[in-house]
Amino acid sequence: MLVRSLITIALAAFAVQAVAQERPTLTVYTYSSFTAEWGPGVAIKESFEAECDCTLEYVAVDDGAALLSRIRLEGANSKADIVLGLDTNLMAAATQTGLFARHSVDSAELAVPGGWDDDFFLPFDYGYFAFVYKKSELADPPSSLVELVEGRADQKILIQDPRTSTPGLGLLLWMRKVFGDEAPAAWAKLRGRVLTVTKSWSEAYGLFLEGEAPLVLSYTTSPAYHRIAEGSDAYAAAAFDEGHYLQIEVAGKLAGSTNQPLADRFLRFMVSERFQQHIPTGNWMYPVIPLPDGLPAGFESLIVPARALRFTPEEVARQRKRWIDEWLAALSR
Amino acid sequence: MDFHFDLTVASGDCTAVIGPSGAGKSTLLALIAGFELADAGRIRIGGLDVTHWPAAKRPVTTVFQEHNLFAHLDVAANVGLGIHPGLELDDEQRRMVERALDKVGLGGMAKRVPSTLSGGERQRVALARVLVRRRPVLLLDEPFAALGPALRREMLALVAELRHAGNLTTLLVSHHPNDALLAAENTAFVSDGRILAYGETRALLARTDCPELTAYLGGAQT
Amino acid sequence: MVGRAEPLRQRLASGIAVLALLAALVAAAFVALFTAAAQIEPRLLWEDVHLRRVVAFSFWQASLSTLLSVGLALPVARALSRRHEFPGREWLLKLLGLPLVVPTIVAVFGIVAVYGQSGLLNRVAGALGLPVGQYLYGLTGILIAHVFFNLPLAVRLLLPAWQSIPGETWRLAAQLGMESGHIVKHIEWPLLRQVVPQVSGLVFMLCFTSFAVVLTLGGGPAATTIEVAIYQALRYEFDLGQAGLLALLQLLFCALIVALIQLVGRTPHVEPLTGVRQLRPDLGGRGARAADYALVALAALSTLLPIIAVVMAGLTGPVLSVLGEWQTWRSLLLSLGIALCSASLAVAAAAAILVASRELRVNRYRDRSAEAMELGGSLILVVPPLVLGTGLFILLRPVVDVLAWAPVVVIGVNALMGMPYVIRLLGPPMTRITQRHDRLCASLGLGGWARFRIIEWPLLRAPIGLSLALCAALSTGDLGVIALFGSQQTTTLPLLLYQRLAAYRMDEAAVTALVLLLLCLALFVVIERSVAGRARA
Repeated sequence: MLVRSLITIALAAFAVQAVAQERPTLTVYTYSSFTAEWGPGVAIKESFEAECDCTLEYVAVDDGAALLSRIRLEGANSKADIVLGLDTNLMAAATQTGLFARHSVDSAELAVPGGWDDDFFLPFDYGYFAFVYKKSELADPPSSLVELVEGRADQKILIQDPRTSTPGLGLLLWMRKVFGDEAPAAWAKLRGRVLTVTKSWSEAYGLFLEGEAPLVLSYTTSPAYHRIAEGSDAYAAAAFDEGHYLQIEVAGKLAGSTNQPLADRFLRFMVSERFQQHIPTGNWMYPVIPLPDGLPAGFESLIVPARALRFTPEEVARQRKRWIDEWLAALSR
Repeated sequence: MDFHFDLTVASGDCTAVIGPSGAGKSTLLALIAGFELADAGRIRIGGLDVTHWPAAKRPVTTVFQEHNLFAHLDVAANVGLGIHPGLELDDEQRRMVERALDKVGLGGMAKRVPSTLSGGERQRVALARVLVRRRPVLLLDEPFAALGPALRREMLALVAELRHAGNLTTLLVSHHPNDALLAAENTAFVSDGRILAYGETRALLARTDCPELTAYLGGAQT
Repeated sequence: MVGRAEPLRQRLASGIAVLALLAALVAAAFVALFTAAAQIEPRLLWEDVHLRRVVAFSFWQASLSTLLSVGLALPVARALSRRHEFPGREWLLKLLGLPLVVPTIVAVFGIVAVYGQSGLLNRVAGALGLPVGQYLYGLTGILIAHVFFNLPLAVRLLLPAWQSIPGETWRLAAQLGMESGHIVKHIEWPLLRQVVPQVSGLVFMLCFTSFAVVLTLGGGPAATTIEVAIYQALRYEFDLGQAGLLALLQLLFCALIVALIQLVGRTPHVEPLTGVRQLRPDLGGRGARAADYALVALAALSTLLPIIAVVMAGLTGPVLSVLGEWQTWRSLLLSLGIALCSASLAVAAAAAILVASRELRVNRYRDRSAEAMELGGSLILVVPPLVLGTGLFILLRPVVDVLAWAPVVVIGVNALMGMPYVIRLLGPPMTRITQRHDRLCASLGLGGWARFRIIEWPLLRAPIGLSLALCAALSTGDLGVIALFGSQQTTTLPLLLYQRLAAYRMDEAAVTALVLLLLCLALFVVIERSVAGRARA
């Protein structure tokens, strides 16, 4: 009796995964803050499903960089049709896996800094990394990366792991840009200020909002969220003299996808207004096409980086492993 | 179970305590030694009221059936513990230990550890400790129950020798009426938490007016 | 000895088959690890500063955890053994058994709720105007969690040592006038000297291979152990070579630690004497009593508080919305299925081995062979689950969709994790049955199913029930291999909780933690009651 019910329960647990589906399903791998209830994912799913007669299914991992590991891990077996949430820093490495297919979208008109020209990936938003602070907690925020590194060790910062998170990788490259070969030494100095290294942006930002540390690695656009969604002027991004590292987030279509036409359709949809309109107040980043109404009120008060810093995707692909090892060595002391 | 004991033994006497299992023989000894405290009544030893004295202060030494020795200490140390519980002995005291071991027939075995000794030898070590402790009352709680008949007789003889030499007042718990006949002038019969009969050993064992005693002895007296 | 040859072969066959399967599995995993690791130049290993620090940290945190756990367990166990009159002593001992079945990740949630920045202790401290504590994540958090799990374990392992001291020894000590210092020197220390190295070795091993605690409470590269580095190599960087190398390294260290434990001491022979009231002469006055009570109360409180915190946070969390989520139920069902399958598998495999080993021991006088078979069944104690999982991962990946295979692999590995417990619980009663009833059974012609139904089942119901319950609870709460293999479709309840914790969705995490805790305890109680039945009495 007991044994029989055990088997029934066990079977039920596996059977639930095999729910029959009739409409085609487009599976999009992305990061968790994109699909969160306050993210842009929900609205985008609705508007795409309204026009495609299909089901859009998200599979969320912690953060952007974890997406690449996940795709490499699954290899040709992957269920994903689209991977959405890599960035230019990971693009070359992703292309090298050979798992992605060329897109068929004309990207010449896209309004990203430096223009766009890539056969495999398309941008869907961009932004600049920055340290965000609460104004009431921090009267004089650092005004440069150098100042951040040299600053008070008891004023803690929250950062992300470059192996799993694109902001984490962004900071790694930002430090490289500013300090060059002195970056490991700068990290060693910064180490004392790091309260913790989180796996994902969501985790770090959550800890920051709980008041665990006064500074968190995020984006210049993050204060817009508090201003527009919460009506609060309490948060600001610290403008750094050296300039801010640029992140362009991208999506690509998998070569192994069995839904090629649908995947192409999604990529076209992605750079259209119906997708892009959800970016500023959903993902809190800049859209890659000019929106008819312009940016929402509140974006005008954001800091604009004096310089946009970036490495080429190929350079990052070449050096990423070495730089991450240096970072690990500096932070594990 | 309630225990009510009333017993007086003369100084220097050996009294056997017999009775069925669970009758309270060991409890009687535990009360005298101070391992258990009486709810009411008095315990006097040599005119001193020791009712509320802690076990270590009472003029008493107990030898149990087993676990008398510490397995990790050698014979000399086990005996030496009877002089000082921290084993801080001077030369004179060490010689005392040697003499005690000689007396119980364990001369030259001072450095042995208990696991290398036979059952009889272990109890001899315990008796050597009795000697160095020099307490006037000796309580023997079935110390030879696990030994064979010949060895038991030998050990009882040793006890007799020791107690005469040290004028020790002795209580001997035993299952064997024979032990009582061999070693004890007087015998107390304990049953159901009470001392039902007490008297000169031979006379007591011959009594027929106490049904519990008759039932205990069961006529199988050998 | 007439007619024994035939049944012997039958009795040995299933056990040997199980062991052969086990050996094949481990060997295959090994080959996979070696092949993967061979891609990396071993010289690079020692040039890798991060790796050297990871190894150093693994040993450092395990040493500190052991020192704290065993160091604190000694006075607590002593106090418990001294104070028989302690109110609710039986319940207290049960409570100390709780961390064994409470899922690691649930306990971690409870520990954060008690000791975290905005946790109970800091709120109380804040209200009293005391300085508020440090950030929990990192070494501090790891140590607190390891003490939470291992202090009660060490107390329970040490207690029998005191209980094995015969009453005569205490009477002797009383009569000889021994004081507390003398008692420690002559009675307690000689005994503990035999037991403490073994207990410390076990605790060290558990802390050295601890995965979920370090993963959740580590908080960055500075507090990474080898186990977590294996996980990161696989899931963060998809570096199979590095993962294989780390797994082999971990295996090497574990084998060394186990060998060292064997070297330090033979298993001490402590059999607790039941029903002996210990009238120690050094029970002392009010001061000693108060100190003992305070110690025990503190140990109980530190075990109980995190669990209470989980219940409180769960009940005040968004219960309805979490229970309304399909994902919660899907994970729960998957966890339940995995737990029941792996528990049954563990008991079946262990029983097959024990049938063979008891035959060897009792009827063939081949003690060593029997011992070796039982040790083979406890293989997982030397090969950490994550190492085995990594090997299987590398092995299976080219062949199948490893993420879809997660439930199968997790069932297998969890069953292996349960087997040492089952062998410990089921071995002695099974051996006893053979000793007492084999000849009678043979003379009555009682064999096969009839023998199982009439002799074995009634006598073994209780230990089988306990084994199944324990294995199911352990498996339900396990966050190890599933972290390597898990995906959206194969998320167990512990993995779901970890994801919610990692995304800092604390409200949902609180409810999930409570659900997982209740599932674990319910499984334990229901299985034990229904299988063990009346035979428990």
